[in-house]
Amino acid sequence: METGRRDALEGVKVVEFGGYAAGPFIGKYLANFGATVVHVESKERPDGFRLQYPPFKDDRIGINRSGCFTIHNDSKYGITLNLKHPEGKRLAYRLVQWADIVIENMRPGVMARLGLDFQTLCRVNPRLVMLSTSNMGQTGPWALHPGFGSQLSSYSGFTNLVGEPDGPPQLIYGPYVDYVAVGFGGVAVLAALDYSRRTGQAVYIDLSQYEAGVHFISPALLDYEVSGRIAHREGNRDPVAVPHGCFPCRDGQWCAISCWDDQEWERLAHAVGHPEWCEDPRFRTAPERKRHEAELHRRLAEWTKEREARDVMWHLQRHGVHAACVNTMKDLFSDPQLLFRRVWQEHEHPEMGRVCYRMVSYQLSETPGFIRRGAPCLGQDTRTVFIEMLGLSEREFEDLQEKGVFE
Amino acid sequence: MLLGAYRVIEIADEKGALAGKIFADLGADVIKVEPPRGDPARRRPPLTAARDGTPISLFWLALNVNKRGITLAWETPTGRELLLRLIERVDFVIESLPPGTLQRSGLGWETLHRVNPRLILISITPFGQEGPYRDFLGSDLEVMALSGTLSLAGEEDGEPMRVSVPQAFFWAGVEAVMGGLTALAFRAVSGRGQHVDVSAQVAAMAPLAMAPAHWDLNRVNPLRAGIFVTGRSVTGAKMRALWRCRDGWINFIIYGGAAGRHTNQQLVAWMRERGMAPSWLTEIDWSRFEVTQLTQEEVDRLEAPIAEFFLTITKQEFLQEAIRRQMLGYPVSTVADIASDPQLEARGFWQEVRDPTTGRSLRYPGGFAVINGERLPLRRPAPRCGEHNAEVFAEIGVSEADLQYLAALGIV
Repeated sequence: METGRRDALEGVKVVEFGGYAAGPFIGKYLANFGATVVHVESKERPDGFRLQYPPFKDDRIGINRSGCFTIHNDSKYGITLNLKHPEGKRLAYRLVQWADIVIENMRPGVMARLGLDFQTLCRVNPRLVMLSTSNMGQTGPWALHPGFGSQLSSYSGFTNLVGEPDGPPQLIYGPYVDYVAVGFGGVAVLAALDYSRRTGQAVYIDLSQYEAGVHFISPALLDYEVSGRIAHREGNRDPVAVPHGCFPCRDGQWCAISCWDDQEWERLAHAVGHPEWCEDPRFRTAPERKRHEAELHRRLAEWTKEREARDVMWHLQRHGVHAACVNTMKDLFSDPQLLFRRVWQEHEHPEMGRVCYRMVSYQLSETPGFIRRGAPCLGQDTRTVFIEMLGLSEREFEDLQEKGVFE
Repeated sequence: MLLGAYRVIEIADEKGALAGKIFADLGADVIKVEPPRGDPARRRPPLTAARDGTPISLFWLALNVNKRGITLAWETPTGRELLLRLIERVDFVIESLPPGTLQRSGLGWETLHRVNPRLILISITPFGQEGPYRDFLGSDLEVMALSGTLSLAGEEDGEPMRVSVPQAFFWAGVEAVMGGLTALAFRAVSGRGQHVDVSAQVAAMAPLAMAPAHWDLNRVNPLRAGIFVTGRSVTGAKMRALWRCRDGWINFIIYGGAAGRHTNQQLVAWMRERGMAPSWLTEIDWSRFEVTQLTQEEVDRLEAPIAEFFLTITKQEFLQEAIRRQMLGYPVSTVADIASDPQLEARGFWQEVRDPTTGRSLRYPGGFAVINGERLPLRRPAPRCGEHNAEVFAEIGVSEADLQYLAALGIV
């Protein structure tokens, strides 16, 4: 057995076609644990995240200034390749031959038009693992419908489940459902990689972001199936815990507090200096607390609004009560637990200066993951990838470059 | 099945249920270990009545299909020995106990690694195995709070809002499997298993998308904005994303880019057919339209006639036209809309299984992907409490007589 290796996915080679979050973010997770991931763009059609959405560093729009692009593409190599050029196509096949995994999130049909569909590619590489991730999946009447995750999150049922019961639904920030699909897609390619290594067989995965999202509300769907109940948004209320919600604090921040049984309720009442609440007939049992939840919340808010959110959290946690301040984006960069886990890792970017990248949620005891390098500028690694990794000669490379193959 | 070669032990409550389910959906033999009185998550709402009239959790039924189930008081010395014998022959253990619990029961990572050097131990906790929050109590709400996700949903200046179906340990569950399979790739080369430490707080940061980058790059702190999207234009203009329609809500955003321009063009054409497009709206040259520089005043002007138009159509009408015209946007679906969706039907998403607990045939969401042309199958319903004790313990050489004795002792 080989020893002394330090990266779990060392030697695993991944090629990505597509852009935005749902495809490319999977590659980031793999790259953080040592996979070699090549993100394919073209100068004519760069990744949509490069120009379509803020933030741009210092609000100056530029092809290499996009925060959306950088955070989804750290630790990768970035190349440009014109897939419509016959020589470009030939190089794409060489990339696929070299790779273990191909990830694509084009609109269904686009890869086939480019001659890069699974049928063709697994003739090029008979052990290939290929993931196609799209809005609605590769088949079905609506497969070709274009869409973005930020809206698909509504179709997958999430939006309807956020907000007060008598108020409007609330938006979830960003393409929520895309990230659900990133998780399932990452799982699928890793499982398929293991299978392909053991059996020598190719695997094709058709992942629908919509279906992935629906899995995250499966208890509510089963509830509808069994009882016909249509789940509705319930604010921050929980069917079991009481109190259960966010409470305003002195510093303008919020603190989440929840209480799951009688013992925890007693600890809470003591922690806030009101042991007499336990004797109050309105709060003695859980069903009574549930009935008087509004009053209970009002009283608790009286206590929290005299204190800072972080102090509320530490004080209640020391008393054995569920509590957590609501981190804003700014707070995340100084959250002690995130700092302890080295979740934020900085790298210098040639045009943007220092950029913070987020490490993924899991760590491995023997082969820890980390951010390998900052996200690539457009076409930054074309030469390195084709010459050093795929073995083109300098001469060949320059000939092809002149023909516009890397445009 | 992709993971048909592997065995998994899940010693987990609701925090680890999805991780175990994903392994099981991919074909692994997943054995859920419950305390002799059953997993407390069996009583987690939403509830329905089991055949014997007792309440049973639909969360539990949804998240434990495809698994086998045993009961075991593994904290007792005898229970611990039996668990170790099970662990000797599995590839993965998924656990979601508070940090240090396994250690205190003599089942810490060093012990497990010695007993089975190929074992991959996946620990799922709210905040991770070490660090200042290690011993914090964290349910869905607290994890979502500290992940930052809560701060981005809800009315501007109002209470931060969670999704009413708890999400935190779904995020952790999916990423936990990614971590476990990453360790499996290393084991294939090194022969050694590892300990995978999953933080639900960090897992639930994935959907923050570009929000933290606004702070990191430009020191702008994005906050919730109700039904509006922010951060699309460098002017700071906010755009409406949720619109009232005749029978509910629609998610529609004025986008730039090729798809956005096409969408805007099509919407205006549709509005014109209904006589609801003001002439200035029909005169806009959409081919040059971009949103990254739009001001609030321009946004408000564009949105006013659209809001009026949407009030006259239904969710279904919007969906049909969006599909026909290749427009971006979707209705805000309820679970009832999803349950009758033709696309899911056409892809064989739903799978029916007879559930022994309720005695009913239930339609579940099927496997999460279609692999080599086949939907990952639903192979068995969620186990009844201790349903597979006899067969699983027989696999490690516990006789029927011994099993009865263990049951009398309250160990199984």
